[in-house]
Amino acid sequence: MYTPHTQADIAAMLETIGVASLDDLIRVPDDVALKVPLDIVPALPEYQIARRFAHFAEKNSGARATSFLGAGAYRHYVPPAVAALAMRGEFLTAYTPYQAEVSQGYLQTIYEWQTYICLLTGMDIANASVYDGATALAEGAIMAINETGRTRLLVSRAVNPNYRAVLQTYCSGLDVAIDELPIAADGGTDCSGVAAAVADKNYAAVILQSPNFFGVVDTLPKAAGQAALASETVPIAVIAEAMALGALATPASWDAQIVVGEAQSFGNALAYGGPYVGFIAATEKHLRRIPGRLVGKTVDKHGEPAFTLTLQAREQHIRRERATSNICSNQAHCALIATIYLALLGSTGLRDVAALNLERSRELASAVGGIDGCELRFNGPFFNEFVVRLRRPVEEVLAALRTRHILGGVPLGRFYPEYADSMVMTATELTTTGEIASLTAALKEIMHAPALV
Amino acid sequence: MPPRSSDHCAAPLIFEQGALGRANRYVESGKPLETFLPHRLLRDDLPLPDNSELDVVRHFTRLSHRTFGIDTGFYPLGSCTMKYNPRVNDAMANLPGMRDLHPWTDDALAQGALQVMYELERSLSSLFGMAAFSLNPSAGAHAELTALLIAKRYFKELGQTRRDKVIVPDTAHGTNPASAAMCGFKVISLPSDARGRVSLAEIEKVLGDDTAVCMMTNPNTLGLFEDDIRRIAAAVHAVGGLMYYDGANANALMGNARPGDMGFDLMHLNLHKTFTIPHGGGGAGHGPVGVAAHLVEYLPTPVVAWQADPDADPSLAPSDRLRFRLDFDRPKSVGPVRSFWSNFAHAVRALSYIYANGAQGLTKVSQLAVLNANYLRVKIGEFLDIPYDEPCRHEFVASAAGLKKRTGVRALDLAKALLDRGYHAPTIYFPLLVPECLMFEPTETESKETLDGFVAALREIVQTAERDPEAVLAAPVTTVVGRIDETRAARYPNLRWRPRGEALQR
Repeated sequence: MYTPHTQADIAAMLETIGVASLDDLIRVPDDVALKVPLDIVPALPEYQIARRFAHFAEKNSGARATSFLGAGAYRHYVPPAVAALAMRGEFLTAYTPYQAEVSQGYLQTIYEWQTYICLLTGMDIANASVYDGATALAEGAIMAINETGRTRLLVSRAVNPNYRAVLQTYCSGLDVAIDELPIAADGGTDCSGVAAAVADKNYAAVILQSPNFFGVVDTLPKAAGQAALASETVPIAVIAEAMALGALATPASWDAQIVVGEAQSFGNALAYGGPYVGFIAATEKHLRRIPGRLVGKTVDKHGEPAFTLTLQAREQHIRRERATSNICSNQAHCALIATIYLALLGSTGLRDVAALNLERSRELASAVGGIDGCELRFNGPFFNEFVVRLRRPVEEVLAALRTRHILGGVPLGRFYPEYADSMVMTATELTTTGEIASLTAALKEIMHAPALV
Repeated sequence: MPPRSSDHCAAPLIFEQGALGRANRYVESGKPLETFLPHRLLRDDLPLPDNSELDVVRHFTRLSHRTFGIDTGFYPLGSCTMKYNPRVNDAMANLPGMRDLHPWTDDALAQGALQVMYELERSLSSLFGMAAFSLNPSAGAHAELTALLIAKRYFKELGQTRRDKVIVPDTAHGTNPASAAMCGFKVISLPSDARGRVSLAEIEKVLGDDTAVCMMTNPNTLGLFEDDIRRIAAAVHAVGGLMYYDGANANALMGNARPGDMGFDLMHLNLHKTFTIPHGGGGAGHGPVGVAAHLVEYLPTPVVAWQADPDADPSLAPSDRLRFRLDFDRPKSVGPVRSFWSNFAHAVRALSYIYANGAQGLTKVSQLAVLNANYLRVKIGEFLDIPYDEPCRHEFVASAAGLKKRTGVRALDLAKALLDRGYHAPTIYFPLLVPECLMFEPTETESKETLDGFVAALREIVQTAERDPEAVLAAPVTTVVGRIDETRAARYPNLRWRPRGEALQR
C-alpha cells in the first residue's frame, strides 16, 4: 500500500538497473533468508481499518467515564484551533530542521517554545524538548552529575514515583546512588535535613517537585536552598503539571537552577500515556551541559534574521560517545502543540485556566472531605489535586465507583505502602459541578454500604 | 531572483505581537488567585502575549509556509526513511476512545488500547524474528539506551561485570556510541573494509572476555548488506557477547530477512521511519526494543500480558478472545524508562499501517524501497561518483569529491542547490568514511516520475557546477533566507526572546 508503481514502471526500472527481477534485486545470503511464514495482522482495505480501530476505541470505555485521574497526566480543554494548525502537513511531515533555509517556520516555533518555557519557569535557557517528564528529570540529574563530578542525588520522596523509578533506571547505568528526603506531615517535603546533608559536598543535586505527587505546593525553603548553592549542589525543580506555572511562583524564586518537567497539559492529548513532551530549562551557567537540540537566532548571509539548530557540538551526531546525552530526537510536534496552545491562551487565558483548576479542585476537596469515611490526608496548599484517605479499602472503593462509570483516583499503595489507604484525586477546569455531585453521591453510598461489590 | 512573496519577510515572533487583555474566551474568567493560595506562593507576573485567535492562526499558518515537509515535496534524506505518512493513521489515533484515554485507567476499561499494543508487539516480533518487543522507548536512541541497560543487567546476573566494551562500526549512527557511554560502557570503533562492510577478521581482533555488545545495522548506512552477518554474530556469541541491531534501516528488510535469524539478540525499530509515523519536525518518535528469548525477562516495565478470556465468543478474531493487563511485576526488569507506558498514539498509527499492508504488502514495501534506491543509484551514477558501486538496499551513498576537486562545489552546495529546485537535500557528510558524502534514500512511496524529475534537477545542478560553479555556490536563492551564519549562532547564543529592557543575568 501507498506504493505508486505500475507493472510497467517496475519493468522499466529493473531494465535501467540491469537486473531481471525484484527477487534478484533483494536476494540475501541463503543463511539469513526468511524461511518461515510471518504471523502478523491481516491486510484490510481502509474502510475496514476504520472499523477495526473503532472497535478498539469502543473497548476503551475508560475514555468515556467520569474521571478524577491526574497524577502526572491531565485532562484539559484544548481549543480546536490547536489541531487545525498543528496538523498542517508542512509541520506534521517535516524532518528535523537540519536544512535551516527550508525550515525557518519550524525553527521559529521551537525558538518560541524555548522562550515560553523560560518565561514560565524563570530560567535563562530551555532546550527544544525531550521525551517526557520522567526522562527530563533523568537528563537534568545527569547534567548536575556531570557538572559536579558527584555521584549521589538527594531526591524528595514526594517526587512522582514513576519519575523516580525512571531516574533509578538511568542511574543504574551510571552507578549513581539516590537518597530520599522524607515527607512531612502536611504533604510537603521535610527539608530540615537538607543543609546538613549537602554540607560535605557529596550530592550533585537536590530534587523537589512542585506541586508534588500529592498535589502540594512544595518548594525548597530559603535556608536549604542557600545551603545547597553554598555546597555547589544543584537545586532541581520538577514540574509534572505545567498548568500550575500559570499561577505559582517560578522555580527560580526558590533557587532552582535546573527546571525539568512535563508539558502535556499544554494542548497535548492524554492518549493513554504518550507522546507527551518533556522540557529542560536552566540558568545560563548550565548552557554547555544541556542535552538535546537547541534553536538559536542568528542571521543569514545577507544579514537578515534567521533561525538554526545551534551548539550542536554537545550532541551525539557530532560528539558521539562524548556527547552530553545520547538523545537524538526531540518532541518537536508535541512542543509545537504546546506552543500553539500557549499562544492561543495567552497570559490572561492561562491564568484563568489555572484559577479554575484551583477553584474546581477546592470544590471537589470540600465535597469529598465532607463525606463520612473520606478524609483529606494532608493540609498543605495544593494546586489541582490532593490525597484522600478512605476508611474502606481503596481498591474496593475504586471498583465500586467503576461500576458507576467513575474513575475515582489513583491509589497510592503501590508506591507508598504507608499510604495504602489513600488515593490522589484531581479536578481541572473540565470537572463539572454535576460530576462532583455524582461522585459525592456514589461515595456516600459506597462508604455506608454494609458490604461492597 | 524570483519575486519574494510575503512569506519571505521575516515573521515577527509571537512575543512581538498582541496586546494585554486581547484574550480568547476558552474558559470563563477565574477568581483572583489570592482567593485560593497565599500571595507568597503566587507568581508576580506572567509575561506571555495575549493574541486574538485569528492572529495566532495567521502566525502559525505563515510559519507552516516557511517549512518543508514530505507533503511539500520529495525528501530523499538517507537513513531517515521519509515516506508518505497516511492520513488514516492520524484519524485512528485521534478517535476519542484513543485520544481521551488516561494512562492510569484500569486495565479492564482500557482493553482496546492494550489490544492495539498486543497486536503491534506480536506483529513486530514475527516480522523481525524476536521473542518479544517492548513498546516503551520513545525513540531509537532511547531504545538503544534501554537495550544496553538490558545487556548490563544480563551480564550482572551472570556475574560477568568485566564486560565493559561496546563495539561500534565506523559507519554507525552517532547515537550508538553515545548510548553506550550513557550506560558506562567503553566504545571500540571498528573500521569498515574495502567493500564498505564489517569484516570478520577485524572484529575478531577486538573480541574478548570484556566484550559486552556489538552494535550493527544491516543493511549498513552505506546501504550495503552485511553478508557475513551470521559469522560475525557467531564470533561475538563465541566470546559471550551480545549482538544489537540498530533498526534505522529496517525498511530494506521486511518479509525478506529478519535480524533474529541473523543472530541478533537485541534490536530496536524506528516506527517513525519504517512504519509511517510522521516525523513532526524531529519527534515524537517511537522506538520499540526487541529481544531474543533469553532477554525477555529484562525488558522495561510495564509489559502487556494476556490470557484467554473463557467467556469470549469463539467466532471472534483471535486477539478479541484475550484479556490484557499491564504487568509491572517483573523482578529482573531494568525498570521503567519513561513516565507512562508507550507513545501510544504512535502505536495506533503503526498498527494501522501494518493493517493497510499485511505480510505481503510489507514485503512489497521493502522490495520497492530497494528498487527505487537502485534506480536512483544507477541514474545518479551517470554524473556523480558512487564509491561502492554495486546493488544497494534501501539507500546508497554518492560522493562529490571529484566534483569538488574540479570545480570547488561540495556536497553541501549540491544540497543547497536542490533546495532551490523544490527538493529536500539528501543526508550529507554521513557516513563519515566517504568524503563529500551524499546519502540518498528515496523510499517506496515515490513514483518513477518523481525520481526522474529529481535526477534531472540534480544532473542540471552538476552540469551547472562544471560550467559556472559560482552559481551553485550561491545557492539557495529562492528560499526565505540565504545560507545561515552558523558560527555567529554558536558564538553568540541567542536561544530565546526577552521582554524589552530585561538584561541577561550573568
